[in-house]
Amino acid sequence: MSFKTVERKPLTLAERTYVPQILNGLSHTFKKMVKPNETLEYPEARPPIPEGYRGVPTLVKDPNGREKCVSCQLCEFVCPPKAIRIKPGEISADADTAHVEKAPQEFDIDMLRCIYCGLCQEVCPEEAIWLQNVFSVSGYTREELVNDKERLYELGGTLPDEHFKWDKKKAAEEAGNGAH
Amino acid sequence: MIDLYLSLPIWVQAAIKGLIAIGFLIPVAGACSLAERKVSAWIQGRPGPNRARAWGLGYIPILGPILQRLGVFHLMADGAKFVFKEDVVPGHVNKFYYYLAPLVALVPSLCTVVVVPFGAYFDAASETLKPLILADVDVGILAVFAIGSLSVYALILAGWASNSKYPFLGGVRASAQLISYELSMTLSVIPVFLWVNAPGPEATLSLFAVVESQSQAGLFGGMWFVFLMPMCAFIFLVSLFAETNRQPFDMPESEADLVGGFHTEYGEFKWSIFFVAEYAHMTIGSAVFVLLFLGGWNPLPWVPLEPLIAGLPVWLGGLLGAAFFLGKTFFFIFLFMWVRWTLPRFRYDQVMRLGWQKLLPLAIANVIFYALAIAVIERS
Amino acid sequence: MIQPAQPDLVTVYIDGKEIAVPKGTNVIEAAKMVGTDVPHYCYHEKLSVAGNCRMCLIELGMPMADRATREPIMDPETGKQKINWIPRPQIGCGTTVVPGMHVKTQSKMVKECREGVMEFLLINHPLDCPICDQAGECKLQEQATGYGRGYSRFIEQKNVKPKRTQLGPRVTLDDERCVLCSRCIRFSQEVAKDDVLGFVDRGSYSTLTCYPGKELSNNYSLNTVDICPVGALTSTDFRFKMRVWFLKQTDSIDTESSVGANTVVWSREGEIYRITPRQNDEVNDTWMADSGRVLYKEVQADNRLKPSSELATSVSAAASLLDDGNVAIVGSGRSSVEEQFLTAKLAKKIGAASYVVGRHGEGDGILISADRNPNTRGALVTGLISELPTTELSQLAADIDAGKVTTLLSVGEDLTAAGLSDEQLAKVNLVYVGSHSNATSAAATVIIPTLTVFEKSGTFINQQFRIQKFKSAVPGLKGAADDRVVLASLLEKLGDEAKGSDLASVWAEIAETVPALSGISYANVPKSGLLIDGSAWSGLDFPEGESLHFKPATAEASA
Repeated sequence: MSFKTVERKPLTLAERTYVPQILNGLSHTFKKMVKPNETLEYPEARPPIPEGYRGVPTLVKDPNGREKCVSCQLCEFVCPPKAIRIKPGEISADADTAHVEKAPQEFDIDMLRCIYCGLCQEVCPEEAIWLQNVFSVSGYTREELVNDKERLYELGGTLPDEHFKWDKKKAAEEAGNGAH
Repeated sequence: MIDLYLSLPIWVQAAIKGLIAIGFLIPVAGACSLAERKVSAWIQGRPGPNRARAWGLGYIPILGPILQRLGVFHLMADGAKFVFKEDVVPGHVNKFYYYLAPLVALVPSLCTVVVVPFGAYFDAASETLKPLILADVDVGILAVFAIGSLSVYALILAGWASNSKYPFLGGVRASAQLISYELSMTLSVIPVFLWVNAPGPEATLSLFAVVESQSQAGLFGGMWFVFLMPMCAFIFLVSLFAETNRQPFDMPESEADLVGGFHTEYGEFKWSIFFVAEYAHMTIGSAVFVLLFLGGWNPLPWVPLEPLIAGLPVWLGGLLGAAFFLGKTFFFIFLFMWVRWTLPRFRYDQVMRLGWQKLLPLAIANVIFYALAIAVIERS
Repeated sequence: MIQPAQPDLVTVYIDGKEIAVPKGTNVIEAAKMVGTDVPHYCYHEKLSVAGNCRMCLIELGMPMADRATREPIMDPETGKQKINWIPRPQIGCGTTVVPGMHVKTQSKMVKECREGVMEFLLINHPLDCPICDQAGECKLQEQATGYGRGYSRFIEQKNVKPKRTQLGPRVTLDDERCVLCSRCIRFSQEVAKDDVLGFVDRGSYSTLTCYPGKELSNNYSLNTVDICPVGALTSTDFRFKMRVWFLKQTDSIDTESSVGANTVVWSREGEIYRITPRQNDEVNDTWMADSGRVLYKEVQADNRLKPSSELATSVSAAASLLDDGNVAIVGSGRSSVEEQFLTAKLAKKIGAASYVVGRHGEGDGILISADRNPNTRGALVTGLISELPTTELSQLAADIDAGKVTTLLSVGEDLTAAGLSDEQLAKVNLVYVGSHSNATSAAATVIIPTLTVFEKSGTFINQQFRIQKFKSAVPGLKGAADDRVVLASLLEKLGDEAKGSDLASVWAEIAETVPALSGISYANVPKSGLLIDGSAWSGLDFPEGESLHFKPATAEASA
């Protein structure tokens, strides 16, 4: 290990009186004072949400309005604080999306537990759960802060879906094996 | 109106004067607290308090929003809050002194204002400038120092009566610090009065006389003392910071190391009295500085007030004088705040070393230098 | 070459490890013995070998010998006999070991074969994992992590097959997921003896289906779901209820008959989702009856008895009733050994006659016996009864009519079903200790709600006199007490020395006082159960007929 001796210059008289430093400081703070504010007046002004921001987790529908979640419960499994609760259910055979077979009956995300880690979004095989740009969650009771399925879809809305996995599947089913 | 006033018994006059003093100083102190919050916010790049909005006032178009942006309603809210807060007294305090301390803090600050002229008007009868002052006593500056330095007892009392460690340390620091800097402060004004008072039977310590001597004709006559005696002004200003316990000398409070210093155990209205006393002290200190070194109500160096207002009505002249004076005072109050949000606090040993080893010798040397210089000038 | 010491053992070399295995073992089992896993789909150790999935391909070799002289050919480099490796891979399941056989399960060729098989299997397999109930326990998922490509080279359209076929009342079939292993077909033929399943069509269009006009409705149909390596066959009851990785597994025993099939109870947060068989080669192999899989529904049944007062209060009330002298106790063949022991002790303490209600049905010769009490032998062993229980308690009825019995304690038994009339029940002071309400609990003076078999721990003795443990899978109903605790505190209230009601203390007492169970404690009963000496009761005419791994004593004697 090598040492380097830093030479410390003795203070000049002016420095020892502090006065130039104080004046310098005063001029600096004065400049700051006349500058515009750095802060954001929050409820009126909103911060810009960057791309890929991890806000409140939501459930989304595909452009055809089909709920994308198939209640595979991987998000429930991966969720570190165990904020997600899913009760899986079956889509009835006469429904339009019967070929998807499975959909959540209940889907609760406890926002008091959620840590916004985004693992649910990452693990979702159906790209149904997205952490979108809602960042402010408040309520008067604990129950209010549990987002149920309806609320999650309300928050999530529709996200453009490019692959239409299940629609292709349905088309193939209708075409049958003879098509190829 | 003035005749009516003069016809009143002397004690009623005194009471009215006292109420005026209180009625002036306490709102100023309150405004100072708001100003402090706003200044700190602006320096730190924030808008500062701007949320509170009073019913009625806040909904006046244009004015309401402006007042709200300025946080004026926060001032009201804070004041009301202090009055209505629960009065909590810790079980371990010495009750008598505990209650006494805020009063001891407030009374001297309010008393000093009596001898401080805050303007002047042109008296047509005598064709001279008369001070706007509650009690034009000859001892002037001595009265300010004498009464003003009593406020240290408030800090010591509060520290002792609180019967707990932090306030006690704060009180001890306050006593040592105030005594140390009082010396330099007093010494620093001696040259001013040496200059003001020519040798002879008539001598005065009146602050009005100091301003008068800055309003003379000629190069030296119209020159403010801050230019004539910059070292005095510097020592006085530094000591003033220390005496008013303002940053960088706020040893008695020291939020960081003493929690709240002498007022740690105080809350609600009693605490707010300390608060008002501190700002009142600061206001008086600034006023005295303006009178001593910045020409009082004279608008500019070599531009005395008297000829400006000689032809105006008395009330307008008086108002103008007071406005010049208060303008300067408020600038100094702003300076106090500006410095507070710029400089870090000294360490206690640094405060003591600065006071005793630097400032006091400087003040003594200063006195000797000016005494000699004035003697030489007057002899010639 | 080392010859095995026992003539029925065969020495083979698996990945260079030498092991002696019984004759007739196939390579998969032999590899399992050295701790090597050979992946497979169609092979199942309790079924015949079909060899149609080709996943268990291995490399096979025999020591080289000169054709003419039969002299071993030595490898000069290693000094050992040369191995003659078969150039093509062989299936592990269909290859029975022969002495000196060499097997490679980890070679490059084997790995490539497995990868090839995986790719072919996945060609038409749908991307259903997110909605597939098998996910988490799917062999295809497991092997895909080891031998899958990670992406698909198959860009053509996948085959379409029926997705939601009801094969029977309890089984749903998704044909797209099927890998055509035929385990279910073989199970139906060989174990359930109900040959209703088969493949139709050819090649990649092959489809599993039921014979027209029939359905997979036998009482063992859900075993096909268990053995299905993929998610083709799913249980209609468990379908889409919960992912398996959330479920806690608890070892339990099927209580529907004296066979005592070993089971696993799958629960999450106090709720049971399904029951599956647990392998016990001495009792139930890897099977269990469908009827035993729905028993968990009794835990949350509407007629569960809910506590209305503190346990101490109801126990005191019951104890004061039982103190009157003319008491009879009806124990249960459904109670655990510990509970029966405490019931017997209670009967002895207060001098009461004790009965057990018999339950008989028809045995199916597989895993349901004629005696529908899971623990009749427990009652005999603990001395609760000395004769086989009857379905009608006529002696007790007569005693009540004669006024000899004025107080009756029923441990979970419905006495109306056992032949007592409402008038007779009305005549006595009735104490009911049980989990569900029935006519008896309706007539009872004191009711003490207790737990179901899924909420408590204990042991049963099955038809083979095998003592088997079951453990509490879910927490008990709030306020309801363990039967064992209730009986122990009744005993204590009636003046017996307090000995604790936990399993360890009860077993300490059982081992001391019950000769057939001496030396046994709850902790040392192994997972697969412990056979005890039942010869003392060999004279009794047990109703059970022959079933899987069980022959009645009389049949055995004649045979």
